[in-house]
Parts: sequence; C-alpha cells; structure tokens
Amino acid sequence: MLLVWRNISLSILWNVEHLKKYFPVQRSFLEKLFTRKTEYVRAVDDVDFSIRSGEVFTLAGESGCGKTTTGMLLARLIEPTSGTMFFEGKDICSLRREELRHLRRKVQIIFQDPYASLNPRMKIGKTVGHPLEVHGLAKGLEKEKKVLEVLNEVGLTPPEKFVDLYPHQLSGGQRQRVAVARSIILRPEFVVADEPVSMIDVSIRTTIIDLMLDLRENLGLTYLFITHDLAIAKYISDRIAIMYLGKIVELSEKTELFTNPLHPYTKALLSAIPIPNPERKRQTIELKGEVPSAIKIPSGCRFHPRCFAATAVCSQEEPKLVRINGSDHFVACHYPGAGQE
Amino acid sequence: MSLLQVDHLTIDYKTRKGTIRAVNDVSFSMEKGEILGLVGESGSGKSTLGLSLVRLVPYPGVIASGHIRVEKKDILQLRDREMRSSRGRKIAFVFQDPMTSLNPVKKIGDHFVEFLRTHTPHMSKKDALERARHILDELGIPNERISDYPHQFSGGMRQRIMIGLAIALNPSIVIADEPTTALDVIVQDRILDILKDLCRAHDMALVLITHDLSIVLERCDTIFVMYAGHQVEYGESEELYRNPRHPYTQGLLRSIPNIELADQKLDAIPGSPPDLLNPPKGCPFWPRCPHVMEICRIKVPPLIGLEVGHLVKCFLYGGT
Repeated sequence: MLLVWRNISLSILWNVEHLKKYFPVQRSFLEKLFTRKTEYVRAVDDVDFSIRSGEVFTLAGESGCGKTTTGMLLARLIEPTSGTMFFEGKDICSLRREELRHLRRKVQIIFQDPYASLNPRMKIGKTVGHPLEVHGLAKGLEKEKKVLEVLNEVGLTPPEKFVDLYPHQLSGGQRQRVAVARSIILRPEFVVADEPVSMIDVSIRTTIIDLMLDLRENLGLTYLFITHDLAIAKYISDRIAIMYLGKIVELSEKTELFTNPLHPYTKALLSAIPIPNPERKRQTIELKGEVPSAIKIPSGCRFHPRCFAATAVCSQEEPKLVRINGSDHFVACHYPGAGQE
Repeated sequence: MSLLQVDHLTIDYKTRKGTIRAVNDVSFSMEKGEILGLVGESGSGKSTLGLSLVRLVPYPGVIASGHIRVEKKDILQLRDREMRSSRGRKIAFVFQDPMTSLNPVKKIGDHFVEFLRTHTPHMSKKDALERARHILDELGIPNERISDYPHQFSGGMRQRIMIGLAIALNPSIVIADEPTTALDVIVQDRILDILKDLCRAHDMALVLITHDLSIVLERCDTIFVMYAGHQVEYGESEELYRNPRHPYTQGLLRSIPNIELADQKLDAIPGSPPDLLNPPKGCPFWPRCPHVMEICRIKVPPLIGLEVGHLVKCFLYGGT
C-alpha cells in the first residue's frame, strides 16, 4: 500500500553538512576556579544528511543520541555550534531577522507532549489561529474561516464545536490533532515531528500517523520524523537514519534497513524490538555495557567499547558515513555487515 | 488452590465530581511461577488493580467489594500491621519510575539494609549487606557498586536495583507496573529478560502491567486485557493471539506494528476511551465497537467462558 508513495520527487529540500551542537556543561563557581577546560556535551557531533522533497525522513535512536537536538537545529530553535544547513538551496544559518521569519512560515514543528505544547488558557480556535496573527497573514473573519478549514482537515469535526473548547476538554489524540492543525495552518513545506505519537494511546496512534501521511499527500509536505520507536518508524518512514551518541551510524531506505542492517549497533537495536507474536522466539544480540556519556565520547568509532566486531582499528580511527556499493545505503563502520561471533 | 485468587473485585475513586469505578467486577487467579500480562491503555484501571494487590490503592480510592486471596488468606481482612509484613515477603511491587523511587541520599547497600532489617529485625547489618551483594550479583550489577548512590547509576541499572529490592525477601508474587516504560529498547529487553529469569529461577509469579501489547505477547503466559475498568478478555497468550475474541482485543492486535512484516497495514480503533465519570451505559466499549448490537447499549455483558481458560466479556459470544 505504501508503494503508492513513490511519487516522491528526488529534489533535495534539506542539505545538512558537518552539523554540530555542543552544550557547555554547567559548573559551579569553585569548579570554574580550579579547572581550566570547559567540558561539552557533544549532542550532535558532525552529522551529514539530506532530505528529499516529499519524503518522511526519520531520525531514530535511543534517548540522548541527539535526534531531538537535530530536529531543533533544523527548525532553528537553537543555534548550531558549527556546520551548514541548506534549505531549498539557502544557508539558513546566515539568515537575517526578516528572512528567518519567512523561514518559520515554511518550517514548522510538532512537539511530543500535547498536554504541554498547548496553552491551557487559550481556546483551540485561538491556539490554531495564532500563527496567522504572528505572521500577519489573516485577521478577523478570514482567520476564523481558515481555522475552521484546518480543523476540518485534521479531522476535528464539526470544527465549530472545537474552536471554543479548551485543551483540557479534549482527549490526548484530539490535542495532538490540534498541534498538527497549528503546524499546518501556515501551509509549511516542512514539518519536524518530534515523537508525535509516543504519548498517545496505542489504539489511536495509527489515526494520528495516518493523518500525517494524508496531509503529506494533500499539502505536499516533507517530514522529519523523530522517534525512539523503530516499529513506528518502519510504518511511517521512507528513509531512516540511526543515530548513536550524536552521530548517524547508518542511513537507508527503510525496507533495506530492516532486512539488511549493516552496522552492529543497528543490528542489536533491531534485535531488541519485541515481536507481537507469542509463537516467535526472537534472538537478541547482546551488547556490552551501556551508552557512554556524551561528555566523554570514546576514541575512534564511538561504538567500539560495546561492539562485538571491534578490533584495534576501531578504537583509533573514526569510520566515516560511506555509501555501500553505489546503493542508497550508508553506514559508518569499519566492518559493515559483521555478524556476532 | 491458586497462589493468587481475585474475586469480583471492584474499586471506586470517590472524587468531588462523582464516583469513578476504576476496577469493575474483576476476577482472575494465578499459579506459582506464572507470568501474567495486564494490558490496557492509560486510565483503564490496570495500575489501580495492581496496587490493590498490595493494598496500596491511593486516596480517594476504596475497595468497594470483592476478595483478594494470597495463599488462601484474604488480604483485605488483614490488619495493617499484618499487611505491612506480607508486603515484600509474600507479594512485592516494582514501581514505574526508577528515577524517583530510590532515596537519593542513601547508598544502594543501605536501601537493602533498611528493607531487609525492617522485615527481619534480628538480621545483622553485615548479613543484610551480604544478601544485597548476592542479589546484585544475580542482577548483573558489580559488587563494588553497593556503596554508590542512586544518581551514579543509569536508568536501566536503577530499575534492576528496584527489582532487586522487590525480590530480596523471596516473595511468591511480584507486581511490576510499567517497569520498562522509561527505558530504551535495548535496556528494556535486558530488564524483561532478568524478570523472566528470576521468575523461572525462584518459581515466582509475576504480574507485568504495561500498555505495550507486544511485550506481553512475547513474554507472558497469560494475558488480561483491561478496558475502562472492565476485564474484557483473559486467556493464554497463544490462544489470545490466534483467536482474539473481544472486538477491543482484535482492534489492539491490528493496531500494533510488527517489524517482521513487510508493508503492514495498521488499523486504529475509532473514537477514544470513555470518561469514567460518565461511562456509557451498558458495555463500556460499545461506542467504539464495530459489532455493536442493541443489547450492548443497555446491559453490561457477563464474563463468558469459551475454551478452557479463555474468558471474554462480550455479548457476541452469548449472554442475555
């Protein structure tokens, strides 16, 4: 069914190169006196990728891998430490105030928690129509008309009923629909969706995802989907990038990634996902230890202390994200495809 | 006689806005070493049911009727003092959030010492620490970390410590409320393995409370599906997977992604769970049910036994 989505044009919407975001570690006054060096959390540590127009590009990984930080960087909610981000061929890091405002009309974001991302004292109609006011695009009756239209699009029907409600009068699923409505009212080209369904009950999760996919078709949207849930990622994405400690370790079209994972971390990650079938006995690939701190990133390949295939090279040389045999599959590993001994 | 026997248990929250029936006439039993998965969405009453098994339903919750028997003894009749001593010894609870359930100013070893010596006053501190080391060993935590503080451990390690505290007195039943919800998938997998190994090694029964049907299908012997306080379906995992009978269970099974299937089509259940202050009359699921009949809107269906041990609360399978 998802093969219908092949009408993705291959034009590049985003081109991200050497993107880095380091957060300085908070220290007390005494620590500042006695230590010279400031330490940094390397949340995003030299990441390259491009997003094609019309696709759902997913960043997946465990907590702390830098996926959300990357999403915030693309939405220009935080400033990168270094690197370039080209949106429609334009470097968005060097934008001036007015240009940045224009960019915000094209790039929107949906947050994880629909209980926290909606103002509890604003009626739904006001929340959804607010972006129009901020950007001076519509007022009064015209604004109201647009709000009703967009509520209809996200399935909050009849829209007249919803405009005068407050967030607490809605269910979690309905609130997330409101957040989606607010993100699309400016008719953006690109939406960052940061774990949009992780707080939503299982029985209604699919409706939100299907809504997002329908909107992509109807409005010609491109998504950056951020999730820790690979089963959901497989359902919604076209391409998936797996992140580990601030780096992309593997990037591929989704079916290829699930049937032929090449990075040892991806293999282990996929093997840990529960299979909803009592008759199926899953074989887990065991990893040593736990994810290290993003302050003290291991030398060489940052995954080598936990890797089952690591050799001396891995602790010295950092592998680059390279294309595998001219395919659309990228991996950053000295021994791609290595199995567990 | 079963290890745990719950009969017609009903729990109400008496709030100012009205009475919320969080658990509605629930009956089930568990044998030694059995792993039971209690699944439901948020607000389905699964945590309340779990807490009632250790008599810790928070205010303003009250157990309105029913019995909970652990090894034939009705724990609802116990005095508070007796109940306190059976918590941890007979039946133990692992809480959801390992980040807030440990005391931040106490070393891990001291958590064990406090817990063990509260229940067995004659135990020396040295013996308690020895026991703690033994348990940490079993959970794969290095011995020397016994004098570390909770903040020095990762989330997964902390959850292991919580499990270690729960099993320290060899209880016959452990209740784990969403033990892996805050954890990443690789850590989750390891914690669930540990829980299962412990059950097998000590012949311990486990109630695994979760919203994640995949976990339950994979790890549990029996499954209990809860919806709006009702026990809508109950049975062995294989049976429930192959022949789900309740429309809600069928809907849930169609809405969970399976990474082993290519181009899977997922369905959702239309609508959302009811407001328990104003529950629908009749079956709580009828407003969302694709097979709704006239009778469903009027009466709550009885719990109907199908094949051996497979129960379903739905008029599609009989009852008037």
